[in-house]
Amino acid sequence: MALKASEVKVGDTYQEEVCDNLSRTQIVQYAGASGDYNPLHSDEIFTTEIAGYPSVFAHGMLSMGMTGRMLTNYVGDGRLTYYGVRFTSQVFPGATLTAKATVTEIREENGDTIADIDVSTTDAEGVEVIKGKASAKLDP
Amino acid sequence: MAVDKFPVESGHVMMFARSIGDANEIYYDEDYAKSTDQGAIIAPPTFVQSSAQFDPDYFLRPKIGEEWFGSAKGPTGITKKKEGGGGGGGGGLHAEQHYVYHRPLTVGDVLTAENKPGKSWEKEGRRGGKLMFNETVTEYRDQNGELVITATGVGVRTERPATSGDK
Repeated sequence: MALKASEVKVGDTYQEEVCDNLSRTQIVQYAGASGDYNPLHSDEIFTTEIAGYPSVFAHGMLSMGMTGRMLTNYVGDGRLTYYGVRFTSQVFPGATLTAKATVTEIREENGDTIADIDVSTTDAEGVEVIKGKASAKLDP
Repeated sequence: MAVDKFPVESGHVMMFARSIGDANEIYYDEDYAKSTDQGAIIAPPTFVQSSAQFDPDYFLRPKIGEEWFGSAKGPTGITKKKEGGGGGGGGGLHAEQHYVYHRPLTVGDVLTAENKPGKSWEKEGRRGGKLMFNETVTEYRDQNGELVITATGVGVRTERPATSGDK
């Protein structure tokens, strides 16, 4: 089910908890699926002793992927025309993240109605880990 | 990532969707997907990142018969001293990612990926130390040569490890 132009207005928001107590195993699962086996995401010994970080941390793309799930649940499948983010803070194991969409504009483009959306994902302490934008085609 | 052949396969899409915690049936159930307006299993919006699996030279995957920089007997598997060496370890961090979707990506598509160099710039980090940003634009085209997704990635290299909140 896709979002309908007749049912959405500027200022509308939608949010979802996209992970609860993020596990190292889910980070490993993402490494295996995406093919990004950077030890910074799964190898505690390398990450703390060689790279100098306090712990392994999630791929930025895992946070973007989980945030994308909130977006597709909101706008519908196959509706996105754009999705872009900045990774504003690292996400460590144990994180609980909430992703939020805010409709900022509704416009016409080549005969389609497009919603522009601000995207923000924050952790349990309110620190923003993803800041981005998306655009999606709306159904009539 | 430059890739000659990236077949979008249903098992891969299912595993990718699981890894981002997405239970949407359109990513694994063919019968359900056929009943939707998409008409087939589609890929999640960030799926093309996994084109790394089809890049023979992708540097963040252990290669058969080669040393790997993650831990093994010691904290790193690299036994030979290399010139230079990266500051943050692992070749820098991902700062931004943008996708422009020209159409939904569908199981059965066979993509190619071509890289175009983007901008480079420098910034002073909040806790001191230079941050070096580098942009790469990747065009994903289908079996008919049609553009499906344009991806723009921005990587950052740091002079010292970027601890949480230091970006």
